[in-house]
Parts: sequence; structure tokens; C-alpha cells
Amino acid sequence: MAAIVLDQVTKRFPDGALAVDKISLDIKDGEFVILVGPSGCGKSTTLNMIAGLEDITEGELLIGGQVVNSKSPKDRDIAMVFQSYALYPHMTVRENMGFALKLAKTPQATIDEKVNEAARILDLTQHLDRKPANLSGGQRQRVAMGRAIVRDPAAFLMDEPLSNLDAKLRVQTRTEVSRLQRRLGTTMVYVTHDQTEAMTLGDRVAVMRAGQLQQFATPKELYDSPLNLFVAGFMGSPAMNFLPGTVEEGQLRTPLGDLPLTNQLRQELEKAGAPRDLIVGIRPENFEDASLVSADARPHGITFPATVDVIESLGSDVFVHFTKNLERGVDSAELRELAQDSGRANPDGGDEIVARLDAATHVREGEDVQLWADVRSLHVFDPATGRNLALSGRAAAPSSAATPAADAPASAPGTDTSADSPAESPDLPAQ
Amino acid sequence: MAAVTTTPRQKISWGTTNVVVVVLALIPVLWLVSLSFKTPAAILDPSYWPKAWTWSNYSQILSTSQFIRPLINSIGIGVIATFIAVVLASMAAYAVARLQFPGKSVLIGMALLIAVFPQIALITPLFSIERGLGLFNTWPGLIIPYVAFGLPLGIYTLSAFFREIPWELEKAAKVDGATPFQAFVKVIAPLAAPGMVTTAILVFFACWNDFLFAISFTSTISSRTAPASIAYFSGSSQFTVPTGPIAAAAVVITIPIIIFVLFFQRRIVAGLTSGAVKG
Repeated sequence: MAAIVLDQVTKRFPDGALAVDKISLDIKDGEFVILVGPSGCGKSTTLNMIAGLEDITEGELLIGGQVVNSKSPKDRDIAMVFQSYALYPHMTVRENMGFALKLAKTPQATIDEKVNEAARILDLTQHLDRKPANLSGGQRQRVAMGRAIVRDPAAFLMDEPLSNLDAKLRVQTRTEVSRLQRRLGTTMVYVTHDQTEAMTLGDRVAVMRAGQLQQFATPKELYDSPLNLFVAGFMGSPAMNFLPGTVEEGQLRTPLGDLPLTNQLRQELEKAGAPRDLIVGIRPENFEDASLVSADARPHGITFPATVDVIESLGSDVFVHFTKNLERGVDSAELRELAQDSGRANPDGGDEIVARLDAATHVREGEDVQLWADVRSLHVFDPATGRNLALSGRAAAPSSAATPAADAPASAPGTDTSADSPAESPDLPAQ
Repeated sequence: MAAVTTTPRQKISWGTTNVVVVVLALIPVLWLVSLSFKTPAAILDPSYWPKAWTWSNYSQILSTSQFIRPLINSIGIGVIATFIAVVLASMAAYAVARLQFPGKSVLIGMALLIAVFPQIALITPLFSIERGLGLFNTWPGLIIPYVAFGLPLGIYTLSAFFREIPWELEKAAKVDGATPFQAFVKVIAPLAAPGMVTTAILVFFACWNDFLFAISFTSTISSRTAPASIAYFSGSSQFTVPTGPIAAAAVVITIPIIIFVLFFQRRIVAGLTSGAVKG
């Protein structure tokens, strides 16, 4: 077990392509850290550098306090689970799991003991003498995990270990991975492109984009106080809605209506020297059917009319898609990249808005309804830099690793504004 | 083919073509077998099958060291040359398939060049070199050129097989604590075994069937291989052609090839790598 420290680690390929740009991460002993980002963001390259499968161009990598830049993978005492599992097809499950120990010249009795123990944990005991070709996808995945845990390594590295499983098995295995990590207490670095996995598994999550670290924080902090447009758009499903907004006469003019600027937000915007045109971000769950909003909550938001386009009912919640005519679309490199990653056909189709309403709602498709939007959890971004202006007080640069948990609740904008809101509520016009 | 529906007419035309080709290919072979069983007096008998079957041709060639010794040479030289060529070719092919190194395309180009080079053009210089180095009429004198000409073939076949093996298996082996050599020997080589067997068969055939080098670089039966030795067969008198013994010897050197193919064909199974990565 060991802490892993990446200090300004950079990877430049021989053809000059910059895959990873000065990443610094401080992973504590026993921590479960997720590297997440769209394909090509450099997360797998980072993992391979930790494993020693890729050379580090610049920067330092420390495992357990030792610089391991020039050490070969076998001297780093790490175990890795590959996306394809990479099981040795000519060996039985037992031989696969014991291979590393055998190479390390461990006595056969110890190997047997450890393999049997791992097989018991992973429920593979009856499959020990079978070849990988005769196993199901889930079993192969467990063998790959078993191969890692028998070694009792300093750290586990996992490269999208669940992406080859079907949806149901993935959710089940996700829980198992989480339980396993807590049980073993081993440092784990886990790469995924799935933000749900990142949110549910990680103690801390590092969001990457185009080789750069965007934010390194707890899942809650990433969700509540994303540092920039990219993190805001990447974390959460359905994704945050982005609308164009203009500051006029102390109001934030958006297609949903004029939103009042809280004093704090106004100060922050002034301090940051924000442009007049902004991007406003609002999460689907910050909308509600206006008729279901209690009188207490109503002043904290605005009510606006909308025509329901599509309804997706999940039983517990109802997702309502509606469109708003935007005279000006939202445009930023980050949003274009996010749209591309999610495979949306029309990257500029920012005029569709998704709202998550309570299941008690009676809205129907094609109906004109009154919706309510909570303005306390509003995010405001600078279109040019993508920075979250609502958080500018924290002044954390995207590439510096944010400190975890400790300051997360205090910095959430929802918490900040709600503290101010009683004084401000008279300003809020209910439309 | 199975998915395409064939009309009876197509079946008949395909069948006929196949039969014609097979018959044309087999007639000379069967004729050779037939000749090997004919008595010396019946050699000129135009009938396809011998009227009187005899083993005398076989007993004649197998009773003299003029053929037995070259047969041993053929097997020994072939096996040694094949072994060396497959070991070297697998290392080279591994590098070609996995690594980017300066001069890689030159190496592949050279290998291809050697493979298509007319061997007859090399006979004279090689002859002089072998005389100078004292390799003429020795086993190494044949093994070295055989390895040289077997390597390009081996590198090409094996690099195709190595490319099929998922790279992640090597990464996994490295993370599991294997040195690059251990990763190759314990993980990659076993998976490339079908490729190695295929390559070995091809190289062995090339050595076994070679006549040009064998006749040029040998002078006595101490290193002459079986195909070359047949050229030195003599008849019972100066004026008789040893057709019978030649046919018998030809049949004898064909048998190991047939056994070889039948034995190894089963081992060339596809899909040995299935199960390595997700199915």
C-alpha cells in the first residue's frame, strides 16, 4: 500500500503530440481515485505512465515516496486490470492468477493459498481449472481482478475494467469493486469515461480534458461546484443545461426570463471582470413543476412558461424536454467537445432543455406548462475561458489540484446563496 | 461459400473442374509410384500399372549407403536449419511486429529481396566463399544458406502471427513482473506456437526439397542430401538408366513430407488466442 504522487507529469509522444500536460495529483494511501474524461483526454496514458508502460517525458512520479520514473513495471509493485482483461489464454484461471507470484519465485504452497483465497473472495473457486475461453464476460473480469489482488500490491490500476460488461452486470460489478477496495484498503487508480462510475466509486475524481487536469475533487464538489464549463457539462446525467445570458440592469437576462443577480454573484462578476455575455448553467433537478413548488421555496426561483416536447417517465422522476427559442446559441470549445463526446448530432442544439420533475407532476407532451427554476444553484460561466464565475471567489486555477472534502460544503454555491437569500427574496420577481 | 446458393449446374461444373485438376496433378505422382514397383526389364512397358510388382528397387536403394547416408543428411540438415531459422525469425518477427526502430522498413525490404533473389545467381560466389572458409561439403555449408533463405519466409509468416496477439497481454505480463524476455517466452511464444509450427513446416520443406545448393556445395555423401544423391545413382551397367531406383528414392523422400503435413496439420488450429480478450 502506498501513496502515489504525480508532480507536473507530462507525456509527449515522439510525433510531438502532447497527450498529458503537466498533471499533478496527490493520491493518498488507500484512496480510491478516478481519472475520468472523454476519449483521447489522456487518462489512459496517465494510468500507463503510473504503471510504467509508458515513459514519462517530464515531471516526477512517486510511489510510496520513491521516484519511480525510470523503474520498469515489474519493480513498481503495482497491479493492473486492463479493459480487455488481457488474460493469458493458454493458462488456466489458477495459472493466470498465480503467474505474477510464480515469476516472483513465491513458494508453490503460498501461491496456492493466495490464489484459493482470491478465488473464494471473487467466487471463482469452481472455475479455477478452466481456461479463459470457457468463461463468461463477468467471470473473465473477475479473473482479471483476481490476478491483481493475489499480489497484494502497493496500488491497483484499473483501465476501464467494466466497459466490456453489459449494463446490468456493470452496475453489479461496480458495487463489488467498491466493496473490494474498501475491504483491501489498497490505493486504487481507476480510469473510466463514464461519469456515473466516477461519481459512485471515487473518493476523489480527477476530470481530464485534452491532456489537462480540469478539477480534482470529491464527486460532490465536482457536481456542486464545477470549476469550469467542461466539468459542469461532463458530470451529471442528464447533463447540465446551458443557456445564453446577458447582464443588463443588474439582471441576468436568459431565455427563461430575467434572473435576479444576488449581491454575491454581482460582486463576483465584477471582481472577475466578466463580459456582458455569459453562459448560464442549470441542472435538470433545479427545475420543478410550478404547481408542486411550496410557497416557501417559490421566492427562490423564477416561474416561466414552457411547451413540453417529450416526457420520459422513470417512475421516481419525470424528465421533461422542452425547447426555448434562443436568439443566440451558446458557443464554447468545451461544449462542442462535450457534444461530440456524447455523440449528439447537433452540437449547437443548445435550445433543448431537460428538466427533472417530481413524479407527482401531471404535465403531458405538447402541453403548455408553468415551470419553476431554482436560481440558488445557478452556475455562470465565462464563454471565453469556460471558468465558473459563481466560484471565482475561490480563485482555484483549473490545473492546480483542489483540496478535497474539507472545503467542499462551504464552497458550494447553493449553500452560499441560500444563506443570503432571506434578505434577497424581495428582489425576486415571480413571473 | 456456404451462404451463396449454388445451382446444380454450378455444382457440376465446379466438381468437374476439381476432378480434372486433381487427376492431372496425381497422374505423374501415381506414375512415379508405379515405376518404383516395376522390374528393370518392365521400365519401358507402356502400361500404367506394373504387371509384376517388385520391391527390388526399394531394397536396392535402401541397402546402400549411397542413399541411406544422404537421407540422414537431409533429415539432420533440415531439422537443424529449421530450428535455427524459426528461433531467429521469431525474435526478428517479434521486433518487426512490436517495435518501431530505425531501419525497420529497410530490414523488411531486405528480407523480401532475399526471398525473391534468384538463388542460381548466388551459387558461384557462395561456392567460392564456402571453399575459402572450409565449409564446402560440410553440414554447416548447407545449413547456413538454408537458414539465410528460410529467414525472410519465417519473418513474414511469424510477424503476421505476432500482430494477431493482443498487445495488452504483454503489458499484463510486464505489470505481473515479467522481464521482456520472460514475457516473450512465457506468454507470447506459446500463443504464437501455431505460427511457429507453420513456419517450421515451410522452412523444412524448402530445405528438404532443395536441389540446387545441395548439388553445388557437396562433393561426397558425407554431406550430400537425398535429392542431390539421386542424381548420382548409377544403373546396373553403364548403358542402363536407373529409372526404377530413382522412382523408389523419389517416393521415399516424399513420404516424410506427407507424414509431416498430416501430423502437424492438426496442430495448426486457429483460435488458440480466443478468450484472451473479451469474446
